[in-house]
Amino acid sequence: MAVRKPPITTREYWAPGHAACAGCGCATALKLATKAFSEAMEEKYGDPNAFAIAQATGCMEVVSAVFPYTAWKVPWVHVAFENAAAAASGVEAAWKKLGRKGKILAIGGDGGTADIGLQALSGMLERRHNVVYLMYDNEAYMNTGIQRSSSTPYGAWTTTSPPGKYSIGEDKPKKWVALIAAAHQIPYVATASIGNPFDYVRKMKKAAKVDGPAFVQVHCTCPTGWKSPLEKGVEIARLAIETGVWPLFEIENGDFFNIKIQAPGGGAKVKREGGKIVAIEFKKPIEEYLKLQGRFKHLFKRPEAIDELREQIKAMWKVLGVDVYLPKPEE
Amino acid sequence: MPIRTVMKANEAAAWAAKLAKPKVIAAFPITPSTLIPEKISEFVANGELDAEFIKVESEHSAISACVGASAAGVRTFTATASQGLALMHEVLFIAAGMRLPIVIAVGNRSLSAPINIWNDWQDTISERDTGWLQFYAENNQEALDLILIAFKVAEDERVLLPAMVGFDAFILTHTVEPVEIPDQEVVDEFLGEYEPKHAYLDPARPITQGTLAFPAHYMEARYTVWEANENAKKVIDEAFAEFEKKFGRKYSKIEEYRTDDAEIIFVTMGSLAGTVKEYVDHLREKGIKAGAAKLTVYRPFPTEEVRELAKKAKVLALLEKNVTFSVGGALFQDFSRALINQKEKPILVDFILGLGGRDVTFKELDEVLEISKKALAGEEFDEVNWIGLRKEIL
Ligand SMILES: Cc1ncc(C[n+]2csc(CCOP(=O)(O)OP(=O)(O)O)c2C)c(N)n1
Ligand code: SF4
Repeated sequence: MAVRKPPITTREYWAPGHAACAGCGCATALKLATKAFSEAMEEKYGDPNAFAIAQATGCMEVVSAVFPYTAWKVPWVHVAFENAAAAASGVEAAWKKLGRKGKILAIGGDGGTADIGLQALSGMLERRHNVVYLMYDNEAYMNTGIQRSSSTPYGAWTTTSPPGKYSIGEDKPKKWVALIAAAHQIPYVATASIGNPFDYVRKMKKAAKVDGPAFVQVHCTCPTGWKSPLEKGVEIARLAIETGVWPLFEIENGDFFNIKIQAPGGGAKVKREGGKIVAIEFKKPIEEYLKLQGRFKHLFKRPEAIDELREQIKAMWKVLGVDVYLPKPEE
Repeated sequence: MPIRTVMKANEAAAWAAKLAKPKVIAAFPITPSTLIPEKISEFVANGELDAEFIKVESEHSAISACVGASAAGVRTFTATASQGLALMHEVLFIAAGMRLPIVIAVGNRSLSAPINIWNDWQDTISERDTGWLQFYAENNQEALDLILIAFKVAEDERVLLPAMVGFDAFILTHTVEPVEIPDQEVVDEFLGEYEPKHAYLDPARPITQGTLAFPAHYMEARYTVWEANENAKKVIDEAFAEFEKKFGRKYSKIEEYRTDDAEIIFVTMGSLAGTVKEYVDHLREKGIKAGAAKLTVYRPFPTEEVRELAKKAKVLALLEKNVTFSVGGALFQDFSRALINQKEKPILVDFILGLGGRDVTFKELDEVLEISKKALAGEEFDEVNWIGLRKEIL
């Protein structure tokens, strides 16, 4: 009987037994990232293990490296919260001097990347280190107990953006770090999601094979911080793509005129010009994404806030060069 | 043959780095240390030093990159001062806790506010509890030598701690003095290749570094940093001895000058030691029984040597270019601790002077002497004395 080749390597680098919450989407993101890296290293250098990780403080760090245990089957170092990119720069420089073939993977959460670590990230990208920076975006500081970050979406509840009489929840639009990274004109920038794992793996492999720096921002669910059902992580992530909340795109060499947008699925109608997506008519309203998460529950009593979020999402797509139509639930 | 030439301490530090052959250097400019990364980039550009020089965007990233490189198993160097060192603060603890033998050259400079680029020791003294070894150079030759020695000690398996070597801003960093540049072969013999046995990021033998430790393990991890500091005392003596054999220059943790029959001993660090020795000569000519002592090693604190020194004097005058508010100077606290349980102990008098580049001349030292004499005569004296303070502008 013919045995089908698994779609991705069965080699494990992030072993089970780590201490992440049940249903943690970020754990899935890291597992897939290391598998993708391994495949890329095998294809590029003939050695699936030719990589090391430098990781920022955050959920994924504390759950994976509790002395005297480790979940890592790959050389791994954690230094502090804001310096994964700088530490990765040092590792990469050392590898260069040691004549070691391979690539460094730097990993940070949205806090460690979009906020406190942005400077180190910018420096690393600008200096053109041979590092892939993976930002796992669970849209808040989860490790310290769900505080807002600059990557927290408008309207979301967090412990520092609580909705109340004078508050809608988080009151600023999400910061788009992928676009900031792309402004460094580095070889490769992409957004990805655990809601589309094949696309994510493809992008991680591409990033890993590029010569020079690459940046991937992966949207990953956090049932604890999002107050969402444990088993619905991938479904929620996919809804973010299908409702327009989370765009999937790639930018090579900082060429903003050539942003490769991916079709969202979920019945969305896509209009292309010269092969490029210029407009998307989404079929599923963003409410379908929001309603599965306790962090947006209060918005349903304030529909004007959801409309505001819709406007922000449209504006963000506009930056990507795409006109979007975002339906309301009744439409 | 070693080359005898003249150079600034910053150049001497860059030469030391070149001779030590680090594989990765990461640095960010700050006065008065800027010349160090400049000179090193020249060495790298000319192919005189085969290293990766990472031109980072901040000191925080400089030390973070050094930690990454050192964790990957290579010899690593950086240079900074003042606010730069302060910006590294968080990562200094991490480097020591991860037992990474990084070496930093520091042009000792004051801290803001007010912003001031001149010399005192507040920057390195403020980092005394990070677990790093601390050496202080009296002159440019010592700056060069102590950096080599710092690598030797830091990388010793009994130690494995990072080390900083301080030399006074401008007084040394920018002042040209005769310096002997040792032969590369002798330095190679002295230092050898750095072969990491505990910190490496090798896919062939993956390890996890920089983990989280629960209360069950944290204290033990910190204790090993303590223990390594203790071990460093012996290792430093050995390194000094070997250095003397190979290079002919003698070092000790505390260098004494005319202390044998002294009643008052002036204790200090860094370039001020030179002035103080001269001042002692001047006092001896007048028949005053004075001596001088210089701490070359401040961390690990040379407790034994301090106790030996204390036996020789009735008054120890501690001359400090740093302040611990409401307490005095750092040396005062450390000397007090070292002597408190000793049966016989001299009187300790603390002098805060030379902050932010204020000159310390014989005039200031005369003030120190007057107060020390009072203490010697059993008269009342202040434990902490600000010397050369311009009260009229307060
Ligand atoms: C300098 C510093 N400030 C604050 C912290 C506390 N801290 C640790 S992790 C964290 C938040 C991490 O958030 P994020 O990067 O989004 O990762 P997540 O926990 O969500 O995975 C914070 C604030 C720290 N470790 N260091
Ligand atoms: S808090 Fe969220 S991100 Fe952190 S481990 Fe739990 S589910 Fe994952």
